[in-house]
Amino acid sequence: MSRQFTQRLVFALITLAAVATVTPIVLVVGYIAWLGLPAINGEFLSALPRDGMRAGGIWPAIVGTLYLTLGTAVVAVPLGIAAAVYLSEYAKDSRLTRAIRIAIINLAGIPSVVYGLFGLGLFVLFLRFGTSIVAGCLTLAIMTLPVIISTAEEALRAVPQSFRLVSVSLGGTKWQTIRRVVLPQALPGILTGVILGLERAAGETAPILFTAAAFFLPRLPNSVFDATMALPYHLFVISTQVPGMPIRIQYGTALVLLTFVLSMNLVATLIRSRARARRQW
Amino acid sequence: MSAATLAKIRVEHLSVQYDDGTESLRDITLDIPANQITVLFGPAGGGKSTLLRALNRLNDLVEGVKLSGKIYLDGEDITQPRVDVVSLRRRVGMVFAQPVPLPMSLRQNVTYGLELAGVRQAGKLELAVEKSLRAAALWDEVKDRLDDPAIALSGGQQQRLCLARVLALEPEVVLLDEPTSGLDPISTSKVEASLQEIKKDYTVVIVPHSVQQAGRIADQAAFFLQGELIEAGPGKELFLAPQNKRTEDYVTGRFG
Repeated sequence: MSRQFTQRLVFALITLAAVATVTPIVLVVGYIAWLGLPAINGEFLSALPRDGMRAGGIWPAIVGTLYLTLGTAVVAVPLGIAAAVYLSEYAKDSRLTRAIRIAIINLAGIPSVVYGLFGLGLFVLFLRFGTSIVAGCLTLAIMTLPVIISTAEEALRAVPQSFRLVSVSLGGTKWQTIRRVVLPQALPGILTGVILGLERAAGETAPILFTAAAFFLPRLPNSVFDATMALPYHLFVISTQVPGMPIRIQYGTALVLLTFVLSMNLVATLIRSRARARRQW
Repeated sequence: MSAATLAKIRVEHLSVQYDDGTESLRDITLDIPANQITVLFGPAGGGKSTLLRALNRLNDLVEGVKLSGKIYLDGEDITQPRVDVVSLRRRVGMVFAQPVPLPMSLRQNVTYGLELAGVRQAGKLELAVEKSLRAAALWDEVKDRLDDPAIALSGGQQQRLCLARVLALEPEVVLLDEPTSGLDPISTSKVEASLQEIKKDYTVVIVPHSVQQAGRIADQAAFFLQGELIEAGPGKELFLAPQNKRTEDYVTGRFG
């Protein structure tokens, strides 16, 4: 075989591999949209479910997922960024910080249903929050933390060391340096990580299964201690638990959830590319 | 008056060691007078930068550096742990070899240190911007684009901005670590000219990037070789009539 032929063969194979990775996403989105789009209309997006969820809309599930995502952000974002700042800027390489890092890596590996069970034990039962938005948000926050911490830490570490040295040499304290130079420069990267983490939280079923989700609650939650419907759990319910379910409602729900998550992805991508264009280092 | 009170900075028996056992400076004793340019020169690895960084405690940021001996700034030992390093670094400013403009506008670069120190009045900041950019011989080139990103400047302009940024704090001592190593000859001469201006108000300590530069600008000179101070004295004497054979060999270009 000539070298030119090998070169062409390898090139063809890796091109094929690249195309193959795109195929599933195109197929999934296309299939869901094809079957789900007929269900999408004003009533579906804004009305309460009727007739044992077989008719009407999914408004409470949409609102519930928004609440859960926002609540998770409120808990996980400050905590995650603070932890990342500690690890990247303050922590010396010690036994403690190595233990923290190992814990974070392992936290990321825990199956989501285990988080759900843990949330049930700690938040729902022991702390007596009941099946509630609070319990769900806290559970999702714990699950999201490792993603936020590791991407934020990476973003902080990417800020050139020379900026820190200059800031300190100009009479800056460590905190002034972090607040005025390091954090602003790392912000786009941190936001990307935050969105990717929250996106996972928004789409998960298992962690809210025992902690927050209501099987059928044809009204909006009244308080954070109220249970709520949520898109992923609703999808699970109408796909497996309700006989005689019109298929377009299932796929319509899936399409709404997919749109929600993918638009978060889009925002993250936009932030990243805009920051890259403006970056001064 | 004793020598200790005459010198702006007095280094006494300073040794610096790294954790891995390598020695960077060995028993250095040196007086640095006020309002003069003191040049620390010698081949690479001689400990010049380490000494410079000891003068405003930037070595603190590096783990595993052990320092013994004393450094007096106006008679006060700045190596003591209780010294407030933040205000020390305001009094002893530093310009690095690579110009590093902070990722903000020209103006913000100059006012950065002042704002950290709590200066808020717009008028005061405005004044400081013009004054320090003039002192660094940069004002005329940039006065119309103070709000542009600092990174848009040329390398030579960036380095003068870094100098201006330090001068804005009105420090007492300005340390420069090979500030012209990355610059073209024209930019270099501009930086050197502004050093001649600012020494009227400040004490200047510089690690030059060549013996030629050392000879051009030195009021006082100190020759370092492998962590030792070989010879120190007024620049003219040191370059024209070195006492030590090794200084002479280096100055005349026999090694280095």
